[in-house]
Amino acid sequence: MNNNGTLSQQLITIPLENYVVLCLILFSIGIVGILMRRNLIVVFLSIELMLNSINLMAAAFSSYNNDPAGQAFVFFIMVVAAAEVAIGLAMLVMIYRNTKTLDINALNKLKW
Amino acid sequence: MNQQTLNIIVTLIPALPLLGFLIHIFLKNKVSEKVAGFHASAWIVISFILTLVLFFELRNTPEINVQLFNWFSVGGMEIPFAFLIDHLSILMMLVITGVGSLIHIYSIGYMHGDEGFNRFFSYLNLFIFFMLTLVMANNYVLMFVGWEGVGLCSYLLIGFWFKNQEYNKAASKAFIMNRIGDLALLIGLFLMFQYLGTLTFEGVNNKLDVSSGTSYVPDTNIITIITILLFIGACGKSAQIPLYTWLPDAMAGPTPVSALIHAATMVTAGIYMIVRSNLLFSLAPITMDIIMVVGIVTAIFAGSIALKQNDIKKVLAYSTVSQLGLMFFAIGVGAYEAAFFHLITHAFFKALLFLSAGSVIHGLHGEQDIRKMGGLGKYMKITHWVFGFGVLAIMAVPPFSGFFSKDDILVSAYLQSPVLWGLGLIAGLFTAFYMMRLYYLVFRGEERMNEQTKSKIHESPKVITVPLIILCVLAIVGGVINIPELFGGDKMMMHYLSDIVPMHVHHLDASTEWMLMAFASVAIILTIVAVRIKYLERKVVAENDADMKGLGKLLNAKYYVDELYNAVIVKPLHALSEFLYKIFDLQIIDGLVNGAARTTGYFATQLKNLQTGNISFYLFAMALGMGGIILLIILM
Repeated sequence: MNNNGTLSQQLITIPLENYVVLCLILFSIGIVGILMRRNLIVVFLSIELMLNSINLMAAAFSSYNNDPAGQAFVFFIMVVAAAEVAIGLAMLVMIYRNTKTLDINALNKLKW
Repeated sequence: MNQQTLNIIVTLIPALPLLGFLIHIFLKNKVSEKVAGFHASAWIVISFILTLVLFFELRNTPEINVQLFNWFSVGGMEIPFAFLIDHLSILMMLVITGVGSLIHIYSIGYMHGDEGFNRFFSYLNLFIFFMLTLVMANNYVLMFVGWEGVGLCSYLLIGFWFKNQEYNKAASKAFIMNRIGDLALLIGLFLMFQYLGTLTFEGVNNKLDVSSGTSYVPDTNIITIITILLFIGACGKSAQIPLYTWLPDAMAGPTPVSALIHAATMVTAGIYMIVRSNLLFSLAPITMDIIMVVGIVTAIFAGSIALKQNDIKKVLAYSTVSQLGLMFFAIGVGAYEAAFFHLITHAFFKALLFLSAGSVIHGLHGEQDIRKMGGLGKYMKITHWVFGFGVLAIMAVPPFSGFFSKDDILVSAYLQSPVLWGLGLIAGLFTAFYMMRLYYLVFRGEERMNEQTKSKIHESPKVITVPLIILCVLAIVGGVINIPELFGGDKMMMHYLSDIVPMHVHHLDASTEWMLMAFASVAIILTIVAVRIKYLERKVVAENDADMKGLGKLLNAKYYVDELYNAVIVKPLHALSEFLYKIFDLQIIDGLVNGAARTTGYFATQLKNLQTGNISFYLFAMALGMGGIILLIILM
């Protein structure tokens, strides 16, 4: 970092590619987490991770394009995500109470 | 009378029977027999009176046109719902409403106690409505409506006693045979519209009439095709070879129906249609020859079948086919007015014969086999007398009505060729033979009923005998409407119709005509004597069906025409539908439909294994799918 300009100017000096790569990495970690882990809570965390990687991407593009709409969207997504977390965790609690496990492969009753 | 009054009268004539039909079809059995019978007959009698009023009105004007509304107009085709009352249609209307009224009144007595009494009268009224529409229409399309309508009523009334499966079959047979003719008629009308551009009688006549200064040059081939198609239609309706077999079977209906529909009115619709289109037919000499041949062959063929029938109504039925054949024969030799004259006298005496046969059946409580009758003259005096006069009229004994009309036909035939005259005479001799045979076997000779039936024989009530007597008078004097010059007459009907039907002037000198007439009369009288010797003095009675052999058996079996049609048309059709049903429908069509379902089912069974219930697998599949889609988008 140098001393010329404000923080936002300094952020702009970080190329957009870095943000995109960071987001892709976060998103991929999320996907791999979902596919690989069997614990429901970890899967849930992975979903949140993916969601936030998207948020970060939106904020980055918004900042680079000087368009506040992207950042407004980020807030909307966060609000919806908060609600989703509330419901999701409640469901996890119910699943745990009924099956006494959080193994994702235990939930295989609904099939042909 | 001004146009307004005329409009109302003309509209009322068909409207009243329709009203009667609607009332009784909705009231069903809520009113008593008496009320229903009286009302239904009253509508027709009023129609008859109104027709008479029109008849006298027509002395001042050649025709009355009444347009109710424009029925439909599509492109260049304009079909009005309009009535044309001219000298031809008024005569038909008089016959329909006049004979119709008598038969309605007769039916009150004949159908007494039948559970379908009210239904019967509503059908009869509907029939009169359609028949009037047929003859009053001023264009072919409206005529066709009436044409189909009477076919429907015929179907309903033949199958009136629908609990008997045989009767239903007879009704279907009549309907299907008529359908064949109607199809040809319809195609004829299409062609007519295509080549003449109009379907009203007036339009067609104007187009063809040279004297009206038309610029249209008719193409003889087209006209021939059109007229042949119209004639096939007439063959179906008027029971000519090869479409005649439905009429004898139609005797399954109640006897008044046989009299009204299958003798006096509906079956003459074909004659009416051809007489109405005579300008068209005169331009097609080939068709005229075909009509002549078909007519005379039918007359002789059906006449010979009637010689050996043992059912009183079957004899009359084949007689009707034979007489209709004679009418077509007359048309074929160009004597339209003779055909029409015979149509009218035939309506009188054939209605009379059928109704008195009905009176006999009524008196014998349903017996129709003449081998079980005989000597009825003692028990049923009035029926005996009127039937006797009817027989004299149909045999063309002078001076009864049938004599004048048949003589007219024979003279017209002689003008073409003496051979035709001879053939016509043969048909006439057949008529004399089977009618006298019928008369002797039913009313004279020994009594062959069993004792139980004999004790119950009774003369029919007045409501039956009075219409018989009126018809009998008409059958005796009906000939006066067209007495030839030879007897000091002036051919009233021929002159009356001269606007519509070209005059047919005889070029036969009086002595030849006298000679022909004398020859024919002597031949008929000799036939009568022969029949008298055979059936009255030698007491020959028709043998049982099983004992017949040779020609008699052939005639009794109606030349096996029904069997022939069965083997040639019905059976192959059945085989074809069997094939279409078993192979085409059950295997190909059903195979396609079921096969589609089975294929879908097979793939579904295989694919359902993917739904394992394993969430990680679903997620993996989802990620893979998304990846695939993204890859696709990038690549494209």
